[in-house]
Amino acid sequence: MVSELYERLREAIVDERPVALATVIEGHNAGTKLVVEPDGDIIGTLGHPELDRIVSRDAVGELAAGRTGVRHYGAEGQARETDVSVFIESFSPPPIMLVFGAVDFTAALARSGKLLGFNVIVADARSVFATVKRFPMADRVMVAWPDEVFDTYGDRLGPHDAVCILTHDPKFDVPAVQRAVATDVGYIGVMGSRRTHATRLERLHEVGVDQKGIDRLMAPIGLDIGSRTPEETAISVCAEIIANRTGHSAPSLRDSEGPIHRPTADE
Amino acid sequence: MKEILSDLDAWRAEGRQVALARVVNVEGSGPRDPGAAMAVSDNGDVIGSVSGGCVEGAVVVEALDILETGERRMVSFGYSDDEAFAVGLTCGGTIHLFIEPLDW
Repeated sequence: MVSELYERLREAIVDERPVALATVIEGHNAGTKLVVEPDGDIIGTLGHPELDRIVSRDAVGELAAGRTGVRHYGAEGQARETDVSVFIESFSPPPIMLVFGAVDFTAALARSGKLLGFNVIVADARSVFATVKRFPMADRVMVAWPDEVFDTYGDRLGPHDAVCILTHDPKFDVPAVQRAVATDVGYIGVMGSRRTHATRLERLHEVGVDQKGIDRLMAPIGLDIGSRTPEETAISVCAEIIANRTGHSAPSLRDSEGPIHRPTADE
Repeated sequence: MKEILSDLDAWRAEGRQVALARVVNVEGSGPRDPGAAMAVSDNGDVIGSVSGGCVEGAVVVEALDILETGERRMVSFGYSDDEAFAVGLTCGGTIHLFIEPLDW
């Protein structure tokens, strides 16, 4: 028998709405659950109204931070007691990858973005190139200038999201960079040779992008792994996105020390 | 759990009994983070994973037992634990799983 609680959890996950699931894993009433929505609405109970109130408040915070883990409480929700262990699991919508430029590298990057679980949006102002037929793997293909794309997605961008600007045409990439640095997006990669980027920097200064914004740009885009093909380049960009998020430099495992699965800066 | 949701739906629609195992805590080096999930159906089918393949076999045994008894519980696997744990993580850490019947 499927419970209302499971249904509500399932619907939120399928609709890509943020939702948290709190489960008592040790102590009285093990197995009881609360589904918590970002506004604090709850379904279910952990057996005591005060425990429900405290756990749902904590779950809203964990959900906002995208964290999943165990917290301890007294039987009635008291802090600094450990009668009850509650596993709070955050389900966040997938991160967003905005790819500007419907060029030959775009399809490979969109594919690897999907592999990493991104919601991939491909945008180009040229309707001949920005077609679903060319980018069937993308979640959305927009025929649009950067301004329109950032009007739609800019407010949603955060540390786990990525903007990849592949146009290497100042007409598109200057406005795209301008809008990208005005968001909280975690990764901004810009394609082009070192010479292209030097020219681009001059234009960015002209339009008023400050040094703090410039310092956020990963340009030329990607890790130095010797990639040539669009697919290899896509891997180098995706690897840079991961390294950037976790705060790791990206040497080969052979040349570094310590456990392979060591904790990362985003945890 | 996100990754196995549609398979869970299919199993539940078929009326199968299902046990759900979720990683709730990882100490030291572990391959999957809290939230990683796998599910085992009453006929031993498996979806999802909770480690890099190190402990899944043992989780199936636990899960089938939990389906039989209906008793949800914590199960831990770790390299450094007692010899009572026949299987462990080769990467040296300890993972704590909560395994329960999907009766909710």
